[in-house]
Amino acid sequence: MAAVAASAGWLLRLRAAGADGPWRRLCGAGLPRGFLQSASAYGAAAQRRQVAHFTFQPDPEPVEYGQTQKMNLFQAVTSALDNSLAKDPTAGKDRVFNTPLCEQGIVGFGIGIAVTGATAIAEIQFADYIFPAFDQIVNEAAKYRYRSGDLFNCGSLTIRSPWGCVGHGALYHSQSPEAFFAHCPGIKVVVPRSPFQAKGLLLSCIEDKNPCIFFEPKILYRAAVEQVPVEPYNIPLSQAEVIREGSDVTLVAWGTQVHVIREVAAMAQEKLGVSCEVIDLRTILPWDVDTVCKSVIKTGRLLVSHEAPLTGGFASEISSTVQEECFLNLEAPISRVCGYDTPFPHIFEPFYIPDKWKCYDALRKMINY
Amino acid sequence: MAVAAAAARVWRPSRGLGRAGLPLLRLLGARGLARSHTHRWQQQRHFSSLDDKPQFPGASAEFIDKLEFIQPNVISGIPIYRVMDRQGQIINPSEDPHLPQEKVLKFYKSMTLLNTMDRILYESQRQGRISFYMTNYGEEGTHVGSAAALDDTDLVFGQYREAGVLMYRDYPLELFMAQCYGNVSDLGKGRQMPVHYGCRERHFVTISSPLATQIPQAVGAAYAAKRANANRVVICYFGEGAASEGDAHAGFNFAATLECPIIFFCRNNGYAISTPTSEQYRGDGIAARGPGYGILSIRVDGNDVFAVYNATKEARRRAVAENQPFLIEAMTYRIGHHSTSDDSSAYRSVDEVNYWDKQDHPISRLRHHLQSRGWWDDEQEKAWRKQSRKKVMEAFEQAERKLKPNPNLIFSDVYQEMPAQLRKQQESLARHLQTYGEHYPLDHFEKQVPPNTLRSQAVLEACSARLLHWAGSLVSPFSTLSYTVFSQGLGEGTSGTGHP
Repeated sequence: MAAVAASAGWLLRLRAAGADGPWRRLCGAGLPRGFLQSASAYGAAAQRRQVAHFTFQPDPEPVEYGQTQKMNLFQAVTSALDNSLAKDPTAGKDRVFNTPLCEQGIVGFGIGIAVTGATAIAEIQFADYIFPAFDQIVNEAAKYRYRSGDLFNCGSLTIRSPWGCVGHGALYHSQSPEAFFAHCPGIKVVVPRSPFQAKGLLLSCIEDKNPCIFFEPKILYRAAVEQVPVEPYNIPLSQAEVIREGSDVTLVAWGTQVHVIREVAAMAQEKLGVSCEVIDLRTILPWDVDTVCKSVIKTGRLLVSHEAPLTGGFASEISSTVQEECFLNLEAPISRVCGYDTPFPHIFEPFYIPDKWKCYDALRKMINY
Repeated sequence: MAVAAAAARVWRPSRGLGRAGLPLLRLLGARGLARSHTHRWQQQRHFSSLDDKPQFPGASAEFIDKLEFIQPNVISGIPIYRVMDRQGQIINPSEDPHLPQEKVLKFYKSMTLLNTMDRILYESQRQGRISFYMTNYGEEGTHVGSAAALDDTDLVFGQYREAGVLMYRDYPLELFMAQCYGNVSDLGKGRQMPVHYGCRERHFVTISSPLATQIPQAVGAAYAAKRANANRVVICYFGEGAASEGDAHAGFNFAATLECPIIFFCRNNGYAISTPTSEQYRGDGIAARGPGYGILSIRVDGNDVFAVYNATKEARRRAVAENQPFLIEAMTYRIGHHSTSDDSSAYRSVDEVNYWDKQDHPISRLRHHLQSRGWWDDEQEKAWRKQSRKKVMEAFEQAERKLKPNPNLIFSDVYQEMPAQLRKQQESLARHLQTYGEHYPLDHFEKQVPPNTLRSQAVLEACSARLLHWAGSLVSPFSTLSYTVFSQGLGEGTSGTGHP
């Protein structure tokens, strides 16, 4: 029954796709109509496009920043950039521009602009492509102030890049490389969970006097919609946010995964009567050790979850620090629910990602430890 | 403060993204595409099927029906511009820059003082007094000729063998030595290996070890200068080896497409450590690459200080006036070893080195020129050698005697503000030293930073920050005002613990 309903749903969605839909384009290609059977023709266990593994929960409308507008995450980013550009009266067409296709050049160029004191906001089209710029980020941007004895710095550089799984991105459009950069003193790494957070955090990154990397969860670009202030505002860096208070387990995540663990918290309450404290880390480097430890001291249990592979992922750093600081408070080993130690697969994405069931299961084991 | 700029990359059309990705990409790229300004060559294309001319957006060229590969010309490469012959005589009088005596003497004294300092510091490494050193033997002409052609406030990005540029800009011997010794007077606060100089006041960006990373950075700085209407050029030095790095390609391409006022100055000295040019490239050196990027290029005799001067002067004038990059490949020879970690007798003959040292040296050529003009003689030479050596020795002895900076300086300047975790680590080291201090060379390091210095430094920082904020709101980042506020003149106590 569920399979049939699902396939019917698929057909309906397809029809609704309209002019851009695959049917129209295929028919336009001159293929006979019956060439591709509808999904239901393949049987009950029909292939269907997966439903998102999370449900975006908008935060309540902020009141302290003036007029708000409904924005999705990419509109919120655009709003932040507009606010930032508006600060400079010398408006000109040469301020937002294409560059040749070269990430090491983009970041190096951005560093050079920042060295003169001007603000540079460099975009790397997908975080998966940031690696050619790794040398410029790690060996140059991060070390500029330190190695020059504070004679020079590139603090007015911000690098922003789409990040994380998107349902079909596979190896090269799904990566979450924050752990590589977490190991690099001198830069800041920030990941927002929502449009409101994105704008405030991005503005803080732009104004921060240190080079920042701002990873934007691409799956949330359109899926996340909420009321966002039109005027500029700042959300502080290196401050985690407790978005749900609880007493039995601490759940920590960032970006898209925050919505997954939020749902897990609701499931835990409903099915197990377990009260979870949910923390959005927000800044990966330097990270808010105090908020996380304070929470674990209260709850005694910690679960950290991220899409990035388990080994060497940022959950390791959190886990290690928390066991140092809160060893005697722990009631159970710290749990990490992460991607497997494989490249990010395409067709297997639903199995790869640390979804709510895996998090729920890990939580259950921790409670019963 | 001034200028904000954002860079968006052109979306990649063929990465197997799938249909769903394209609208996403279009959205991401739309800002850049919609707002990018039309370049000169982007005409409105009118497509006519009657026209047999090529319509391709990627090239402006005619058709040809003969199959022919373009032959790279390496037998008879780009000619080498020179003004003086090897005996220091002007070859073509119309190319004589007619510089005043005072200026040419400054060329000579900068080059020879550098040479003297090199000898003494190289020796000091051999004696274990400093850990590492790189000499500039044979390339003094490239430094001084180019530095002299720039404005004092033109921003310099170097690689590591450009100390003569700083020397020409009157960087004191004391500070060269301080950096090499990593003592309390080092502006870099003892963090880097020797020869990694930097000077904000003299617009010389601090050197870093990774090769060619400065190239795209210099281009970005030039772009910012253009936007600020600063009438400044940025000069970027690198060797022929570093020109093989991806960053070099990136820098050249960005400079041309984004129309940046930058001079790319390549010191082609024949070797990248032990790799000779025959193993570094197969084309006609670095100058031949310029046209491939759409960059005006020239090859000069790097051992002819006037040729270097003329080329740089003209490149500067046009780069600023026309907002486009220039590439100067200065042919020269690295007479010394790559560094104190190298023994070049392992890969080249003593005869080869001697030829350059004796027959074609920038310093001797200039000296012959000076002598032929009656601006210098053997007596002055003798006196100057003695005087310059004395100056260097004095600075050297002083640098040796000074303490190293306080180890607290390990922890500052990682970020502008010190994060809590780092402060904890700083405290942890302090505690460790309390117990185990005897096992560490603490006697050579400055003790606690004197409280007066900290307080006065903090006051000075607060004042300068306020002044800078005010100044920044009025002037562009290239204003000299904003630079002098950041001068290193905080007195002797530059070894403060950074920001409170």
